[in-house]
Amino acid sequence: MSFGREHDLHKRRKGRNLGLGLVLIGFAGIMFGLTVVKVTEGQFAEALAGVSRSE
Amino acid sequence: MSEVSLHKLYSDEPEFGDFFSLLKPRVMSLVVFTAIAGLLAAPGNIHPFVAFVSIVFIALGGGASGALNMWYDADIDSIMSRTKSRPVPAGKISADDAKYIGIVLSAISVVMLGLASNWLAAFLLAFTIFFYVIVYTIWLKRATSQNIVIGGAAGAFPPIIGWAVVTGNIGFESILMFALIFVWTPPHFWSLALFMKNDYESAKVPMLTVTNGRRSTRNHIFVYSLILAFVALSIGLSSLSGPVYLLVAIVLNLQLVVSAFKLWAKSETDSVDDNSLIERKFFKFSLLYLFFHFGAIMVETKTNIAWPGV
Repeated sequence: MSFGREHDLHKRRKGRNLGLGLVLIGFAGIMFGLTVVKVTEGQFAEALAGVSRSE
Repeated sequence: MSEVSLHKLYSDEPEFGDFFSLLKPRVMSLVVFTAIAGLLAAPGNIHPFVAFVSIVFIALGGGASGALNMWYDADIDSIMSRTKSRPVPAGKISADDAKYIGIVLSAISVVMLGLASNWLAAFLLAFTIFFYVIVYTIWLKRATSQNIVIGGAAGAFPPIIGWAVVTGNIGFESILMFALIFVWTPPHFWSLALFMKNDYESAKVPMLTVTNGRRSTRNHIFVYSLILAFVALSIGLSSLSGPVYLLVAIVLNLQLVVSAFKLWAKSETDSVDDNSLIERKFFKFSLLYLFFHFGAIMVETKTNIAWPGV
């Protein structure tokens, strides 16, 4: 059995890797965005402590 | 290994979409929609990015509990025609993988929701996952005909979580939204059980149709529909309501009671003759019913998503 040309198996794995890559990029974007929001709003310490500023 | 068996091995390899369907995207869409309603209805302001991230992780928590449900229910999912194409019974993803994915995503979603918003919202999400997986899936589903009545609470939590994201507490209005989904759930799933015929019986799941019979199920649907109409119209007196909600609630609850009466009055012979047409219609209508009620709640709320300084 030859694996010279792209097998269906490779297409599936490529799709899976691409999907996981996008999820990881999205997660990194969320972490970055949250950090920017918390820092610019001055809530970094509160965010870590898990309380809001109004409390 | 022969070429044929190799081919089977390759064709069974999961695609990315299989992992996505492990998270029950249709249930997730309901979770997202009702959580957004809770978030918008809550008093107070929230940064739009925090609101977005909170909804993402509430959805992920809902998806994680779906994966854990598929892990535990793999045996009965493979019997029921409605569920046998799910990734675990279809052999795409192993039950153990579903379990580990569910556990990891549960942890990520709870911790991230806590960091993004507050720890009450995170606790409520963790409790929702616990309730759906442990109380409903593992304990109640195979033990009692009241499985969907009590277990329905799990699906009713998202608006409370959305509310808590903004306010950091549980308000009376969020409990009203919880009550709407809680009372809506049993008639919705019982109508499904009526037209899925032998699915639950074959899988030995004690749905009301199996334990009490189809006539009793029709009685239950009618009574619960009356209670649901009462709850939905009562919300019309709360601060969640306004002219749009009242109009939607009056029209839809009239139709609900009429549909439930038709379903109650129907004989089993007629049900066989028309392939459960009224039951199917009731099931589809109940989905629209919930969608429009929560849509109306969203319309009535003043937006509380604000960029800083705006």
